Amino acid sequence: MPATAIAIEKTLDVKNIRKDFPILSRQVHGKPLVYLDNAATSQKPQVVIDALARYYREQNSNVHRGVHFLSGFATEAYEETRSKIQRYINAASEKEIIFVRGTTEGVNLIAQSFGKKFIGKGDEVLISALEHHSNIVPWQIVCEERGALLCVAPINDDGEVIIEEYERLLTPRTKIAAFAHISNALGTVNPVKEMISLAHARGIPVLIDGAQALPHQRVDMRDLDCDFYTFSSHKMFGPTGVGILYGKEKLLNTLPPYQGGGDMIRSVTFEKTTYNDLPYKFEAGTPNIADVVGFGAAIDYLERLDFRTVEAYEQELLAYATEAITSNPRVRLIGTAKQKAGVLSFIVEGVHAHDVGTILDSEGIAVRTGHHCAMPVMLRFNVPATARASFAFYNTREEADALARGIQKVNEVFG
Amino acid sequence: MSELKALYQEVILDHNKNPRNFRAMEDADRAVEGYNPLCGDHYTIYVKLEGAVVKDISFTGAGCAISKASASVMSATVKGKTKAEAEQLFETFHKLVMGELHGENHIDELGKLAAFSGVSEFPARVKCASLAWHSMKSALAAKSETVSTE
Repeated sequence: MPATAIAIEKTLDVKNIRKDFPILSRQVHGKPLVYLDNAATSQKPQVVIDALARYYREQNSNVHRGVHFLSGFATEAYEETRSKIQRYINAASEKEIIFVRGTTEGVNLIAQSFGKKFIGKGDEVLISALEHHSNIVPWQIVCEERGALLCVAPINDDGEVIIEEYERLLTPRTKIAAFAHISNALGTVNPVKEMISLAHARGIPVLIDGAQALPHQRVDMRDLDCDFYTFSSHKMFGPTGVGILYGKEKLLNTLPPYQGGGDMIRSVTFEKTTYNDLPYKFEAGTPNIADVVGFGAAIDYLERLDFRTVEAYEQELLAYATEAITSNPRVRLIGTAKQKAGVLSFIVEGVHAHDVGTILDSEGIAVRTGHHCAMPVMLRFNVPATARASFAFYNTREEADALARGIQKVNEVFG
Repeated sequence: MSELKALYQEVILDHNKNPRNFRAMEDADRAVEGYNPLCGDHYTIYVKLEGAVVKDISFTGAGCAISKASASVMSATVKGKTKAEAEQLFETFHKLVMGELHGENHIDELGKLAAFSGVSEFPARVKCASLAWHSMKSALAAKSETVSTE
């Protein structure tokens, strides 16, 4: 195993990759930054930072409808990102790529628009017990509005969705199933293809929260065959404030608009407004142009990586880090699914997660502590909070060792 | 490491491990819940009054070392004091953790509270240290809503 690992690291060239991310060379509290909070947000490569600056320096203008040079230029840059995303996730058409603020807005858009059209009294919406609040609350709101019932597929002690239960909860009343591709709190990778087929076999459409998946793997919309998929730029090395909602064109065409305003209309009179075609129907108002352009640069950066190598490297790093921290007998891992992405959610016996976080921070190690916007997951495991170290492809074994040493320090402080 | 030592002083580690007045109070005059939803620190502060004096004060709940030790030290400090004195202590403690007071100049006044002087260097932890104090203040003011220092 070690020999293979070295070979993979060499192939991925993590040393050089790290040079692409300027923030990784900074110090925190006089120690080299060990950034292990990637599930919250990822760091940005220089090419993304440059694209943002260049946009404002040379290209800034409002998109669409402008007859002047810069407006055309900005429109082109904005729309170019849309087609990059379409290719990156293998969507059938650019019309299926809607720019939103982030995953949360993507879920809200579908919950509201789909809910208005398809969810009624006595209907059911099925989610899983692994969800981030952003894939719970929008559905709770719509269920309350429409008199529908929110059903939750339970998870087992390893933090895996119990597929038999999930299947049982797909009933004739289920209007939509919505679940995470990868759990942010535990790192569990859901068997999404299987879960999608089970729902489709009953004619139930599926929305997938892909916020935690895209940073770790390539995702192919036509292969997955999900109906909606949403993700955030900032977790995949792009700027904050931009996300993508993918939806099958046919289904998106049946949905009412989410917000009204400029850009989403074809013509407006006080008597009657006709809406624009996809994807603009769902993009009201001036969009976040600069960050969309920056997101395009992030996609270009990711395109240059071989994700089979990235995945292998991350899996090896996860195994190494898991071993490094669980060799400490006072560490208990929360979330031990067979299929996991680079997340280690853990508690240190007798020490609250916030104290763990503060002590690790004093060593320059950034982890997240708390409920990770997944309070039902914490409740399921009967813990108030966990510390969560989450990895990206630029993290190293040395950083996993630093984490293990940091936890040792927690033991020392608390005796 | 020195800042870290200043945060996790012996008094704090001791009160975290062996919290004083850590019990529910059946005959409390007032009980106030203190909850920080973002970090999950969650306590109930019980107060029994005799006239204007805090006859007894106790707490239950769970949270980080800073919040628990703070609740423990608060209860030990406030017990037997008048409401006015308790509110004065609240003000002093608040200034201390906000870095507006320098421990060494207020040693007599602060007593065990001085152990929390390191908190001001950790802005993210101020709310942990303040939670029980805000709950206590609310209990004395006979407010029954849940207190949050988020």
